Amino acid sequence: MIFFDRASNLLSDLPAIVVTVPLLAALIASGAGWINRKAPFIIAIASLFVSFISSILLLLQVTSTGVVIEYRMAGWAAPIGIVYIIDHLTALVLVLISSVSLINLIASKRRIDDQFRNKEGAFYSLYVLFTAGLIGMTTTGDAFNLYVLLEIASLSGYALIGLGSNRAPLATLNYLFLGTIGATFYLLGVGYLYIATGSLNMADIASIIPKMMNSSMILFAFIICLTGLLVKLAIFPVHGWLPGAYSESATVAASLVAPLTTKVTIYIMIRLCLSVFTPQYTFQHLETTDVMVWLSVITIVFGAISALSQKDYKKMLSYIIIAEVGYMVGGFFLGNKMGISGAILHIVNDAAMTLALFMVAGIFLWKTGEDSRESLKGMFGKMPFTMAGFTLAGLSVVGVPPTCGFFSKWYLILGGISAGQYGFVAALIFSSLVNAVLFFRIFEIAHFEPFKEQHPHNDHCDEQHQAKSHNEIIKEAPLDMLIPFIAVSLLLVLLGLYSGAIVNNIIHFVIPKGII
Amino acid sequence: MSMETVVSLKPVVAVLVSLAVIPGIISSRTQNIRETWTLVAAGIKLLIIISMLPVILDGKVVSFTLFQVFPDIGISFRVDAFGMLFALVASSLWLVTSVYSIGYMRSLDEHSQTRYFSFFAAAISATIGVAFSANLLTLYIFYEILSLATFPLVTHHQDKEARSSGRKYLTYILGGSIGFALPAMLITYHFTGTLDFAPHGVMAGHINSGLALMLSMMFLFGFAKVGIMPMHSWLPAAMVAPTPVSALLHAVAVVKVGAFSVVRVFTGIVGTSVLADFNISAIVCVIASFTIIVASLIALSQDELKRRLAFSTIGQLSYIVLGVALLSKSGMTGGMLHIAMHAFGKITLFFCAGAIFCATGVKYISQMKGIGRRMPITMTAFFVGSLSVVGFPPCGGFISKWYLVLGTIESGSLALLFVLLGSSFLNAAYFFPVFYNAFFCSKDQMLFEDKVEEAPLWCVVPLVITASISVLLFFYPQPFLKLASLAVSIIMGG
Amino acid sequence: MEQMLSFIAAKANYWTYVILLMVGLYAMIVKNNLVKKIVGMVIFQTAIILFYVSMGYKQGGTIPIVMHDEAHHGATSAAIKAIDYINPLPHVLMLTAIVVGVATLGVALSLAMKIYQEYGSLEEDEINEKLRNI
Repeated sequence: MIFFDRASNLLSDLPAIVVTVPLLAALIASGAGWINRKAPFIIAIASLFVSFISSILLLLQVTSTGVVIEYRMAGWAAPIGIVYIIDHLTALVLVLISSVSLINLIASKRRIDDQFRNKEGAFYSLYVLFTAGLIGMTTTGDAFNLYVLLEIASLSGYALIGLGSNRAPLATLNYLFLGTIGATFYLLGVGYLYIATGSLNMADIASIIPKMMNSSMILFAFIICLTGLLVKLAIFPVHGWLPGAYSESATVAASLVAPLTTKVTIYIMIRLCLSVFTPQYTFQHLETTDVMVWLSVITIVFGAISALSQKDYKKMLSYIIIAEVGYMVGGFFLGNKMGISGAILHIVNDAAMTLALFMVAGIFLWKTGEDSRESLKGMFGKMPFTMAGFTLAGLSVVGVPPTCGFFSKWYLILGGISAGQYGFVAALIFSSLVNAVLFFRIFEIAHFEPFKEQHPHNDHCDEQHQAKSHNEIIKEAPLDMLIPFIAVSLLLVLLGLYSGAIVNNIIHFVIPKGII
Repeated sequence: MSMETVVSLKPVVAVLVSLAVIPGIISSRTQNIRETWTLVAAGIKLLIIISMLPVILDGKVVSFTLFQVFPDIGISFRVDAFGMLFALVASSLWLVTSVYSIGYMRSLDEHSQTRYFSFFAAAISATIGVAFSANLLTLYIFYEILSLATFPLVTHHQDKEARSSGRKYLTYILGGSIGFALPAMLITYHFTGTLDFAPHGVMAGHINSGLALMLSMMFLFGFAKVGIMPMHSWLPAAMVAPTPVSALLHAVAVVKVGAFSVVRVFTGIVGTSVLADFNISAIVCVIASFTIIVASLIALSQDELKRRLAFSTIGQLSYIVLGVALLSKSGMTGGMLHIAMHAFGKITLFFCAGAIFCATGVKYISQMKGIGRRMPITMTAFFVGSLSVVGFPPCGGFISKWYLVLGTIESGSLALLFVLLGSSFLNAAYFFPVFYNAFFCSKDQMLFEDKVEEAPLWCVVPLVITASISVLLFFYPQPFLKLASLAVSIIMGG
Repeated sequence: MEQMLSFIAAKANYWTYVILLMVGLYAMIVKNNLVKKIVGMVIFQTAIILFYVSMGYKQGGTIPIVMHDEAHHGATSAAIKAIDYINPLPHVLMLTAIVVGVATLGVALSLAMKIYQEYGSLEEDEINEKLRNI
C-alpha cells in the first residue's frame, strides 16, 4: 500500500478531490442559483468534470503501479481514522459513476432547464450531491462512513426521483420507506460487526473475521447487512419500489439514478463480501452460492416476465433492470472467477446500457412530447442516428455481439456452467430471448408504423415539407442531446470489443486469491 | 497437419470494405454516386479475395487477429480453403447482384433505396466475416450481425405481410442462435477450453457421447439459417423481400452462411471422428434426408414462384449437410462444392423470378403460361439454372451431385443414394413444368402476346452471366473443386 | 422461569430495541395512513439508535472525558483505564445517524405534503382508488 502524506501534492490528494469537489459544489450550486440562473449548471459540470478527470487519473495510477492507494482523511491512520481505499475495482466504478453522471448532465441540460425552470439551483445541487454520495460510497474504507454516504446518495436520490410526474411523490415515498429499511438494516449489521470485532475499518474487520468464523454475531451481521443491500437492490420479492420510482420520475432524474443506484449497490455488496467478510467466509464457510443464485434466478425470470407485460417504456426498462440485478447478484455468488468477472463487467456494461436506454427515452420525450411507445412510430426514418444508437443499446441488453452485453453474459454463463448452476444459465438465456422480444416489439413500431406528426419543440416545421412523404425528412434531436447519446452507444460496442482489456488489466486483480 | 500461416490484413479489409462504404452510400447526393460506391466496394472485395486465392491454393492459410476480446479467444480471421470457397462464391455473386439490384430497384421505383443498399453492404460484410472466421466466437458474432443486417432487407416493404414475416424470421434465426447455438458454444468452451477451428475438431477426448450428440443437435438447429426442418419455415416467409434480397441472401449469403456454419462446426469443432464414433452422423443423415424429401414435396405444391424456389433451397441446403455427414471424402467434397454450384444455379432462378416480376408483375407459376415467348432470354436462363439445381449435365450442379452420389456409395448407404436420386427426380418435377409451360403451351392457353419484351438490361445481364457461369462450372469446376478437395484433405487427414 | 426472566432483564436494552424495531416495521408495512407509516419509519430508525447507544454503555462506566493534569503529563500520569469509561464511539456515530434520520424524515414529510396536495388524502387506499379512476 502507498501511504500519502496529506497535502504533499495535488495528485496524491486525488482520492479526496474526487469526493469533496462535487460535495462542495452541491452546496455552492444551490446558493448560486439565487444569484445567477446559469451558474448552477456551470458549477455542476465543472465539479463533475474534475471528478471525472480525477477518477481517470486514479484508474491509470492503480493500473500502472498495481498497488492499492490508501488515503487517510485528515491524516488519521486506520483503524482509528477514516481511510479511502482506491483499488482496481474502486477506480473502475469511480470512472463509471463520474462519466455516467457527466455525460447525462450534458445531454439533459436542455430538458432540465425546460422542466425545472427557476428550480435549476436545487436540481443541479441534488444531482451533484447524488453523484458525490455514490463516489464516496465507492471509495470509503470505513463501514459506518459507507452508511452515511449511502444515505447522502439515497436522500438526494429520493428528492431527484420525487420531482417527476404527479404520481412520482407516492412512488418515491414507497422507495424511501424501503430504502430506509435497507439502509437501517445495513446499519444494524454494522453495529453487530462492531460489537464482534471492535472495528469499523473494513480492512481491519477483514483481518479479524477469519479468527471468528463460527461466531453467530458475525453470521447475524452478514445476514442483516446482505438483506439490507438486497432490499436496496430490488431483488425479488422486495423489488416493489423500483418500477414505480424509476418510471414515474422525470426522465432526466431517472437517467441518472437508474443506471447508477443498483450498480453501485452491487459494488457495495461485492466490496462487503470480498473486503469485509472475506471470500472464505462468504463462499466457503457459509456456502451462500445455492441460496443466492436461486434467488437471482427467480429475480431474473420474474423481471423478464413482468417486463413482457408492460406497456410503458420506462416501466419495461425498470423490470429489465430488476432482471439485470439478478444477473449480477447471481453471477457474483457463483463464487468462481468467471462468475465474479462477469458480474463486475456487467456492472460497467449494464450502467452504460441503462444510461443509453434512458437517454433515448429523454430524446423521444423531447422530440414528441409523448412518453409512450406510440411516440416511436416511424422513427427509423425520422431520426436514423438516434434509432441506430437505440438499436445498439437494445441489442446490447439482448446480448448480441459485438455489443458489450454479450461479453458480460459470456462470463456469467461460463461461470454458471462451471459452478454447475444450470438454472442460472437457463435463466440468462431465457431473459436474453425475452429481451429480444421486448426490443424488437419496439423496433417494429418504429420500423413499420408510419410517422405521426407532432412537434412540441419544433415550431418551424416547413409547410412544403409536410406535403412530401414524412419518412424522407430527417429531423434529428438537437446536437447537445444527440452527440452524448451517440457517444454512449458507440461506447457500448467499444466496451464489448475491449472487454478483454478490462478483464485482463482491471477485473483480474479484483478476484481474490483462492478463487478459481 | 501443420500449415504455413501468412499474417495479413487482407481478410480484415475484405470483410470491412463493404462496411466502410456505408457512410458514402448514405451521404451520396445522387443515385448514381451511391451505386458507384456499392459497385466499387464489391469490386475491391472480390479483388482482395481473389488475390488471396493463390496463397490458399498453395496450401497456406492467411490469418489476422483483430481484437483479443477474451484472454484466450479473439475476434480473429483465418482464411483456409473452405472459407475461401465460400467467400469467392459470395463476393462474386455480390458484384452481380449489386448490378441486378440497381436495375430491379430502379425499375420498380422502390422506396428507401439508400437504406436498402446500406444494409445490403452490411450483410455481405458479415457473410465474408463468417467465411473467414478463425474460431466459433468470431463466426457467431458475424452470424448475428448478418441476422440483424438482413432484417431491414427482408421487411423492406414495411407492410403487414413484411411485419409478420420479419417476426417469423427473427424468431427462428435469433431464437435459434441465442437459444441453442450460444449455449452450445459456451458448453463446448467450458469442456474443451478452446473455440478455435481445428482440422479434426476439438471435442474428441473432452466430451462424452450424449453431450456430443446434444451439442451437435443444438448447433444444427441453432444455426437455423441452414433451414433444417423444423427450423425452416422462416425461409418461405422471408420471400416477401425484394427479389435481389431473396436472390443473394436467401439463395446464397444467409442460407449458405447457415450451411457453412454447420459444416464448419461439424468438422472444426465436433470433429469427424466424434461424428463417426458416437453415431451422430447417422442421425444427421436421417434429419437431412427427411428435410430433402419433404421440402421437395412441398415445393411441388407451391404456385408462387419464389416460394417454390424457397422450398427448393431448403432441400438443397440439406444436401450440403448430408454431404458432410456422409463422412466420406467424395461426400464431403460434394457437400462443399454444392455451396458454390447451387449458389450460381439458384441465384439465376431468383434473378429470373425477379425479372419476370419486373417486366410483367407476375408472381404465380400458373400465370406464366407462354411467358417464354415474351421473355426468351430470361426463360432460357431459367432453364439453365434449373438444370444446374436438378443436377443435369452440362451444368455445375451435376458435378456436386456426382460427388454426393459417389459419397453415398463410398459410405455404403443405399438408402441415402435413393434419397439423392429420388429428390433429383422431384427437383425435376417441380422445375420442368415451369419452363415447359413457358415455351410449349398451346396457343389458346397463352397468357402473353407474342412479342419479345425483356426486363431492363440491368436485370437481364446479371442473370445471363450467372447462367453462363453455371454452365462454365461444368467444364471448369476449378478453382472450386480444388478448394473443396484441399479443404477435405485437411479435414480427412491426408 | 426465574432464569429466563433474569436473562431477559440482563439484556433488557436489546429486547427493547428489537421490540421497537418490530413496532416500526409493523407500522411501515401495515398502516394505511402515510404519516403513520412515516412515524413507523422514525421508530424503526430510533430503535437502531438505541441499540448503538446501549452497545457503548458499560455498567459503572463514566463519560469519557479524560482530565489531564498539566503537571503530570504523559508517562508520569496515572494510566487511563478504558474499563472506567463508556465507549464513546457508538454515541458519536449516532449523532450522524440522528442527522440522517432527521433528513429522511424531512424528505418523507415533504413528499407526504406533495401527495396530499395532489390527491387530497393521506390514506393509501383512497389514493390508490383515485389512481385507478384516472
